[in-house]
Amino acid sequence: MSGTQAGEGGNSKVKRFMIVNRKAPYGTIYALEALEVVLIGAAFDQDVSLVFADDGVYQLKKGQQTKDIGQKNFSPTYRALGDYDVEKLYVERESLQARGLAPEDLLVPVRVLGSTELSVLMEEQDVVLSF
Amino acid sequence: MKFGILVNEGPYQHQASDSAYQFAVAALAKGHEIYRVFFYNDGVNNANKLTEPPQDDRNITRQWSALAAAHNLDMVVCVAAGLRRGIKAEILAPGFNISGLGQLIQAGIEADRLVVFGD
Repeated sequence: MSGTQAGEGGNSKVKRFMIVNRKAPYGTIYALEALEVVLIGAAFDQDVSLVFADDGVYQLKKGQQTKDIGQKNFSPTYRALGDYDVEKLYVERESLQARGLAPEDLLVPVRVLGSTELSVLMEEQDVVLSF
Repeated sequence: MKFGILVNEGPYQHQASDSAYQFAVAALAKGHEIYRVFFYNDGVNNANKLTEPPQDDRNITRQWSALAAAHNLDMVVCVAAGLRRGIKAEILAPGFNISGLGQLIQAGIEADRLVVFGD
């Protein structure tokens, strides 16, 4: 979908970027640094979507408390994504179910999709960044 | 084809950087173009010129520097990820440059394919 008109970032091209989050929020730094990519992608006026799969679904779990592990709770940022026009959040159904989670357990509204539907969506992207 | 490459893991601990390097070498040999190699997450450690593996092992940092010199590669280390891990200008190996995440997004925009090497 290259060639679409530019926004404030001054880019003449808008591409579809999909950030795939596969890791739990705090055991490694992937979730936090992936979120940085999402925000910069949005700042560059790109068409950014997020997928949460495998342990990545835990990134959106409500009620995260990080005080005892001495790390910053960055989960409120997911709720602010709408302010950056990042509104396409997809969660893989199989990953959610395997962990005993339901959409009500998540801190933002998401679209729950099966892995087959997700693979179709991935196929439509210009750039897939997996973390 | 015009490739962008993203390296998300540090050297030696993980094969990602080796694989990315071998991919870059193969792509260039086939006449493809590498738009940019971007180093993120622990991948920023690939740019550390203090890297000194045993004599009989490959020097991953030096391999990247040599490839960059031979093919005029644009190799960018994320500033925020780098600062977090102590990767600053003074320890940067030849051919690496420090810049922002915008350079990764730009690579995604300009390249035909952005290939991610990570865990």
